[in-house]
Amino acid sequence: MLMNQSFSIVVNGRLLRVSEGTSVAAAMMLANEACRVSVRGERRGPLCGMGICMECRATVNGVKHQRTCQVMCTPAMEVVTA
Amino acid sequence: MSCGFDVVVVGAGPGGIAAATIAAEAGLRVCLLDDNRSPGGQIWRGLHPEAARKGPHGRDFVQWTERLRRAECEVWSGWQVIDCAAPGTLRTECEDEVRDVEWRKLIVATGARERFLPFPGWTLPGVAGAGGLQALVKSGLDVRGKRIVVAGTGPLLPAIAAGLSDAGANIIAIYEQAPMSRLLGFGVTLAGYPGKLVEGLGYFRKLRGVFYRTGSWVKRGEGSMRLERVTITDGRSEWSHDCDWLACGFHLVPNLELPALLGCEMADGYVSVDELQQSSVTGVACVGELTGIGGLEKALLEGKIAGWSAAGRENEGHALTKRMSSVRNFARRLDRSVQPAGRPIPRQRVCGPTAAAPHAAGATCTTSGGGRTVQAGRGARAGGR
Repeated sequence: MLMNQSFSIVVNGRLLRVSEGTSVAAAMMLANEACRVSVRGERRGPLCGMGICMECRATVNGVKHQRTCQVMCTPAMEVVTA
Repeated sequence: MSCGFDVVVVGAGPGGIAAATIAAEAGLRVCLLDDNRSPGGQIWRGLHPEAARKGPHGRDFVQWTERLRRAECEVWSGWQVIDCAAPGTLRTECEDEVRDVEWRKLIVATGARERFLPFPGWTLPGVAGAGGLQALVKSGLDVRGKRIVVAGTGPLLPAIAAGLSDAGANIIAIYEQAPMSRLLGFGVTLAGYPGKLVEGLGYFRKLRGVFYRTGSWVKRGEGSMRLERVTITDGRSEWSHDCDWLACGFHLVPNLELPALLGCEMADGYVSVDELQQSSVTGVACVGELTGIGGLEKALLEGKIAGWSAAGRENEGHALTKRMSSVRNFARRLDRSVQPAGRPIPRQRVCGPTAAAPHAAGATCTTSGGGRTVQAGRGARAGGR
């Protein structure tokens, strides 16, 4: 894993510095934020890490239900817990 | 938009890459599509060519990605199959674009996912699949100094623990739920496959000093905002570990949604194929984990056979089938040693209907969101809770 550049993204209104090649799911865990909250109010994070289980859905740049483990962070990206 | 190819390959892991490369080298118009951001599948996920040269599977990765690049093959990364629009046509999507793709030959190499068994607390952030946590680490999750319990079953657990340890994690323990007797049976089997045995020993050497125990499994996970503690049992007593992550997976199940949608015949939870990897549906071949969990060597070999076969060069395919019996045997015995038997499996159904996921037996807990959606397993834990 070679990671060169780092940049900032915004997670629930807070700035977070991440390295290039970081998935949004990994970033959410680094920020200690849940990816989504279930209808019963439980915090949820990534389970399968490979785009299958749908547990890591969050709102990325205004688009709801993005599987964050399959989306790579890009500079100034905005992520909100769903 | 619609387009057509001689061969469409779904899934860009080792099996799909081998199939697409061979078919493209033989002069066919080939499209290789995959949901992930770059080819490689799970085993080659996140590998960088420079770093890969040193790794255990690195040489294969470098060799095949290089060959794929030289072959004139279209590679669509970030594309998902969502439907069969008509016979011989797949409907695919990528973010906000949809394309119908026509094929003359279709090679399905959708691989496998981890089997998850539920337990109280399994939805807490900090509980991930074993391969799942490995994938997260490969995509930037920092686990340096984090306390990790690895649990579940299967030969992947020590390999994954070794990888996490390399990434700087503090592996507290590995709990393998299969009893030692069954593992020893598999160990004897492994002895017939020296390459695999050496690989396994290598992981254990790296993990020297890490507590490894068989016949025990996770009873529950606890924590308020995220996982803080895991309780383990051997069926008689219980004990707990404070930890940051639980990496828990019960071996693998094949991703059968697409072969099921196409109507491929199955037996014992896998797609039935002939010597040249052809399924019961004309023009559709299946390779890799879909035909039996067997790992890299089996996937590459089957991919090559399917590639030759798609190119009408069956003789080249037949020449490779001699090597198949040993890798298939390995797959069968592996399957037997890691069946989640030997402990009660929760009876209650923890998720929605399993109609579109025929392999999702009872506690496997994979479920499909929409009836015709190929990307099933959606909402495995999400189902209305």
